[in-house]
Amino acid sequence: MALSYKDYLEPSQLPHMWCPGCGDGIILRAYTEALAELELAPKDVVTVTGIGCWGKADDYVSTQAFHGTHGRALAFATGIKTANPDLTVVTLMGDGDAVTIGGNHFIHAARRNINLTAIVTNNYNYGMTGGQYSATTPLKSKTTTSPNGVAEPGFDVCFLAEAAGANFVARTTVYHAVALKNLIKEAILHPGFSLVEVISPCPTYFGRFNVHPSPVNMMNWLKDKAVPVQKYREMSAEEQYEHFAVGKIVVKERPDFYTTYQRINGGQVAAEEGDGNGR
Amino acid sequence: MNRPVGVQFMQGNEACVYAALDAGAKFYGGYPITPSSEIAELSAKFLPQVDGVYLQMEDEIGSIAAIIGASAAGKKAYTATSGPGFSLMQENLGMAVYAEVPVVLINVMRNGPSTGLATRPAQGDVMQARWGTHGDHPIIALSPASVQECYDLTLRAFNLSEKYRIPVILLSDEVIGHMRESLTIPERDQLEIVNRKLPDVPVAGYKPYQTGEDDIPAIPPYGTEYIVHVSSSCHDESGYSHSAPQTADKLVSRLHRKIEKNKQDIVQVEWFGPEQADLTLIAYGAVSRVAKQAVVNAQAQGLSVNLLRLITIWPFADDEVQAALAKAKAVLVPELNLGQVVREVERLNTFGTPIHALSRIDGEILLPAQIMEKIKEVLK
Amino acid sequence: MPEPKKMHIEIDKKSCKRCGICQGLCPQQVYTLAKDGSPEVTNPERCTNCHLCDLRCPDFAITLEVLA
Ligand code: SF4
Ligand code: SF4
Ligand code: SF4
Repeated sequence: MALSYKDYLEPSQLPHMWCPGCGDGIILRAYTEALAELELAPKDVVTVTGIGCWGKADDYVSTQAFHGTHGRALAFATGIKTANPDLTVVTLMGDGDAVTIGGNHFIHAARRNINLTAIVTNNYNYGMTGGQYSATTPLKSKTTTSPNGVAEPGFDVCFLAEAAGANFVARTTVYHAVALKNLIKEAILHPGFSLVEVISPCPTYFGRFNVHPSPVNMMNWLKDKAVPVQKYREMSAEEQYEHFAVGKIVVKERPDFYTTYQRINGGQVAAEEGDGNGR
Repeated sequence: MNRPVGVQFMQGNEACVYAALDAGAKFYGGYPITPSSEIAELSAKFLPQVDGVYLQMEDEIGSIAAIIGASAAGKKAYTATSGPGFSLMQENLGMAVYAEVPVVLINVMRNGPSTGLATRPAQGDVMQARWGTHGDHPIIALSPASVQECYDLTLRAFNLSEKYRIPVILLSDEVIGHMRESLTIPERDQLEIVNRKLPDVPVAGYKPYQTGEDDIPAIPPYGTEYIVHVSSSCHDESGYSHSAPQTADKLVSRLHRKIEKNKQDIVQVEWFGPEQADLTLIAYGAVSRVAKQAVVNAQAQGLSVNLLRLITIWPFADDEVQAALAKAKAVLVPELNLGQVVREVERLNTFGTPIHALSRIDGEILLPAQIMEKIKEVLK
Repeated sequence: MPEPKKMHIEIDKKSCKRCGICQGLCPQQVYTLAKDGSPEVTNPERCTNCHLCDLRCPDFAITLEVLA
């Protein structure tokens, strides 16, 4: 029998706690749709979350789940995946979890090339605690802890992962819901560390302070900001500042940590193979 | 790997690794730190030989997270660290207690606070082991006083951790960790190995945190037919978040109960010297070795002194310490800190027994003569 | 242009949080919003089954069913 996304949701925990028009629900739908299309049994999938609005996602899924501490989802997931490489491990992190408090684990998971998938919901602020700025909040944006605009530039999550060595790096938005589902599928299938960054609206805080409180307007804002990665690369710096790249940014076949560890410790690795990064 | 058997000569830190492997550990996640690094190095060497994995994480926060994840996925997992790294592990130590994930932390204590004297011994983490992570929680901590005990208590740490589904801390110290002496490693079939219990209920409707009378949940690793939901948030028996006041009360109360009611199984002490003495020393770890020598020296000088050595530090040996307080005319607690265990002894003193502390915090070990001097002062 | 299909579109009113995304972004104007902000399926015959509404509904409230 064909599986439905509903087979990956825990009905007793729904409806979810997210605000009307929050992108988190759209990403959870895409994630569960992807699992259904890949026909992965819930028992073989471990959903690992951190803390924040998106960090609540584990409570709504019927897969195996690990709801850890803030920022550490990738470190827990590293242990889970390495201890049992047969499991499909997917971490769901917000911008706070992934690249702010957990930034160290993020770059090292990418560098190590742990064979798991990170779905990073980037809504440019800390929704759960009331809309404070994070390490992805764009320069000058207003948040509850930057009432006059934030004085720090934000990280580009995808370029950070690329620089750290991730095997698969893609970005999309919740506006592009079909592409989102397909990229998650591709990321799960791709060996090594794979990242899907999803730009997502927090209409309640970031939207209200910087764009518009209406979910529909936030969705259209995402559409206007997103440009295909090729086009983005040709843009001027000023244009780039107003946009973000969507699509597949990195696709490479560097062997994952566990495979390499097994081969090196079994004495089988050939010196000339290098590390897959040209080194 | 060649498993050493019988009488061996090695370092305390080395003995910890052999015990971990004998316990069945297959995963090490850690960050090197003096004076514990030998544990990382030997683990890196041996784990691949037993189909295990050594993972050097980016920091100690990631280290403890990785071993918690590996344990949830079914591998016995451990880490080793010292003061600064132990501090970084505190948040996730609480997660392991709360989510009931068995892991073993070896803390080879060094002088602090902060970076302190990295290569020098101390016993300054006794209270951090107990209360370092936030919130009300139980914990188990064991304190080896010999290379033999580095082996025995590391093995026991895994067993207690698996049995009670709680992180267990081996509170070693720089002296014990780096000391070389002989020990006896039993034949493999002489070892008592405890593995976490698995559920025997139907998969449908399984609740990982539902417990029977023993208050200990039966949780399988990820990947079986059972769905396991592990959470750092307040959770009910299903493992899913649940924030009702009675859920929070029920969970934390059970976590305490499962340790409290098994103190007889967990708490170990050793009495040394005459059964009845005017003065009882209460000591643990490296200092307890010195205290033993002081007891011998005192007896030779006609002084009536014995020793209560704490092998289990947490949960605290309330009954045994109270027995000491009831019998002795005075109690002396020598330790390499400004008085951590002595406060627990004071808490238990319903007898009006005079309690004395002897502290040393300069990164040097207390000497028998120093303890002797204090004994004479107390017994004067 | 994608062809319209004969569709049954169901909105689970208990789950819907009235965010307006389905109505605001349906390329075929299948939905209208009632006074209280609830989406109503008013032009189901125009639906092309593009799945942009159900996949974008943050509350899993929309079910699309192809009838013919
Ligand atoms: S606060 Fe923002 S991120 Fe959190 S649920 Fe509401 S809209 Fe979503
Ligand atoms: S599937 Fe939904 S969005 Fe697409 S045309 Fe039909 S109603 Fe509109
Ligand atoms: S998108 Fe979903 S939640 Fe929003 S108005 Fe439509 S049906 Fe309701």
